[in-house]
Amino acid sequence: MKTLLTGNEAIARGAYEYGVTVAAAYPGTPSTEILENVGQYSEIKAQWSPNEKVAMEVAVGSSIAGARTLVAMKHVGVNVAADPLFTFAYAGVNGGLVLVSADDPGMHSSQNEQDNRNYAKFAKIPMLEPSDSQEAKDYVGLGLSISEQFDVPVLLRVTTRISHSKTLVELRDPMPRTAKAYVKDIKKYVMMPAFARQKRMQLEERYAHLKAYSETAPVNRIEWGNRRVGVITSGIAYQYVKEALPSASILKLGFTWPLPNQLIKEFAAAVEKLYVIEENEPYLEDHIKTMGLAVVGKEIFPSVGELSVRIIERALDGPLQTVGKRAANVPVRPPVLCPGCPHRPVFYLLKQLQLFVTGDIGCYTLGALPPLDAMDTCICMGASLPMALGFEKAHPELAEKTVAVIGDSTFVHSGITGLIDIVYNGGTSTVLILDNSTTAMTGHQEHPGTGKTLRREPTAALDIEALCKAVGVKRTFVIDPFDMEGLKTLIKREVATREPSVIITKRPCVLIVKQDEPLLSIDHEKCVGCKMCMRIGCPAISHANKKSTVNPALCVGCGVCAQVCKFNAFVREVR
Amino acid sequence: MPTQNILLVGVGGQGTILASKILAEVAVMQGLDVKMSEVHGMAQRGGSVVTHVRMGEQVHSPLVEEGEADFIVAFEKLEALRWAHYLREGGSIVVNDQRIDPMTVITGQAPYPPEILETLQADAEEVVVIDALQLAREVGSIKAVNVVLLGALAQKMQIEKSQWLEAIRRIVPAKALDLNLQAFEAGFQGAGIAAQADS
Repeated sequence: MKTLLTGNEAIARGAYEYGVTVAAAYPGTPSTEILENVGQYSEIKAQWSPNEKVAMEVAVGSSIAGARTLVAMKHVGVNVAADPLFTFAYAGVNGGLVLVSADDPGMHSSQNEQDNRNYAKFAKIPMLEPSDSQEAKDYVGLGLSISEQFDVPVLLRVTTRISHSKTLVELRDPMPRTAKAYVKDIKKYVMMPAFARQKRMQLEERYAHLKAYSETAPVNRIEWGNRRVGVITSGIAYQYVKEALPSASILKLGFTWPLPNQLIKEFAAAVEKLYVIEENEPYLEDHIKTMGLAVVGKEIFPSVGELSVRIIERALDGPLQTVGKRAANVPVRPPVLCPGCPHRPVFYLLKQLQLFVTGDIGCYTLGALPPLDAMDTCICMGASLPMALGFEKAHPELAEKTVAVIGDSTFVHSGITGLIDIVYNGGTSTVLILDNSTTAMTGHQEHPGTGKTLRREPTAALDIEALCKAVGVKRTFVIDPFDMEGLKTLIKREVATREPSVIITKRPCVLIVKQDEPLLSIDHEKCVGCKMCMRIGCPAISHANKKSTVNPALCVGCGVCAQVCKFNAFVREVR
Repeated sequence: MPTQNILLVGVGGQGTILASKILAEVAVMQGLDVKMSEVHGMAQRGGSVVTHVRMGEQVHSPLVEEGEADFIVAFEKLEALRWAHYLREGGSIVVNDQRIDPMTVITGQAPYPPEILETLQADAEEVVVIDALQLAREVGSIKAVNVVLLGALAQKMQIEKSQWLEAIRRIVPAKALDLNLQAFEAGFQGAGIAAQADS
């Protein structure tokens, strides 16, 4: 009996079946559900780490100690974890280690579209690319074996359509879960220059062995069809190719660093016309072209965004039969802050006060969109604080007009060092930590500030205010963001103060703690149609015929609208 | 049966994911290969959401292509319009007669298109309009809109009703089971009536 699993569920199941003892991650779409699902297997020590670098380092420690280990993150998380990754690639493993990178072609929920296959070559670590959930699970086991056989961490690279697609998977019984003994070996695990130089030479030997392995790896296989057309492909693109070119010959590559040159040559020689079809960067294509082979790739297939069957068909044949036309003038439906979101009043006030706002990554990035329209920048996790300092250094006159805005989970991830920099280098920035007691955007994961572990067991809770004080911020404040008058006064005062300050707006995410307030409605006698309430961007309020109306199916009774209405038109319904 | 392509479209928070789970379970029970794909993360915050479901002897791509959907189940009218060009010739749209304004409409950047149902009917062979919100309210919870719409889809698909009921029993937690079975029935009957009125 096969079970329908997402790629992420399958990877978690793979960790369970193939003897993983330790697993760590920081949440990030599309990777989050990997560790959430690992958490269901009580045999595995599963944890959220504060960020991807820490998760990677926990994994490195666990591997060197002798346990099979899995670490998971979204593509940009690998940037954060790159430091330990690159040098761990020198040291090598004891227990097998698989690093899952979940890339996001099309940027469904990401700030960039980097193709992390390039990391394999850069860090000199072997890479596996599954094409469905069955392979995602199998490749966890294969990756752990390769890791132990070749003494190297292995990159398991998936994409959104692997992570978040469900396909059928055959389940197996788990193998025994036993950690190897730890053996002290400073030439292997202490990467100081003298030892690292020796390791550097060994990397070249390892590369030669991996290259030989790649030629015969069962996951690199030729599916012979019509020899007029041959396609080299990997990952989700393989599935699209199977439908767009059902009769073509296909070289399906599951092990994609190092690449199997002999196999590629053999395949290329046997087909008349050779294509490389891959999503995003010409990773396979560049390699094949440097081999001197004639191949068509990104000349006709896009490197931006996701591929699909139709995109491949169009690239090969020109325009196909016209399909139903896309309706004109369909207004876009951007994501929005939920009704009752504690972030809403903060952004309303920041806009009203006309401040420069360096933003960060989370639900609250939506505060950049109209009508809240109160964010100037968003680059990467934790950037808001140092960027506010940079603003101030570049334009000292902006010091009293600039605030940094960051969520609680993001602050713990990588905001703390930025705050230290503000204090250390004489910044006067005001930092707003929007503390909703969860990692909301990725689906409400715990973090060190929530007092609960990945499995929701109680643990020590990081005291964010005490931490801010400890790094040298003298002016710290905690306030309920629904106290809009108080918050406004506080922000005005603190941006004008010539020293750093931190304002923690504390209220749990409306999706985890349901509000029990009576709902609001509008007294149309009092509503003058000024549209002031429309400026808070609440999905529960609409405006027509010069009157605003509250949708009772969406309202949760937060009352932010009532606070901005100058005519007391909002009234509480009796529950 | 040839591969069936189904799109479930709606607004983040409307429960498309549970509906697609039940639908996929039905496919698995038929012994079919099945793939489904959805997007998590930012889009779920009240944005436009879509789930692709494909079932057949052998399914490769998890995505339904433009012009190839046999069925579109739209949880909201504007979303039906947004995705209607995915319907194949002769395909059916089941549309919930509910309007949820996107922020672009709320802020006056764009009007909510008028006469969506008429536009759909002009282009698609079969459009089943159903007031799923009202039917869900009648069975006891507006949250059951998703299973009402699933009932309407079941009316149109060539799969035994008993299979759908069994899939619901397998997927839905016990305490919500009765409500969801009723919701399914309401949608199933509702779509039957809508189809009669249409012919």
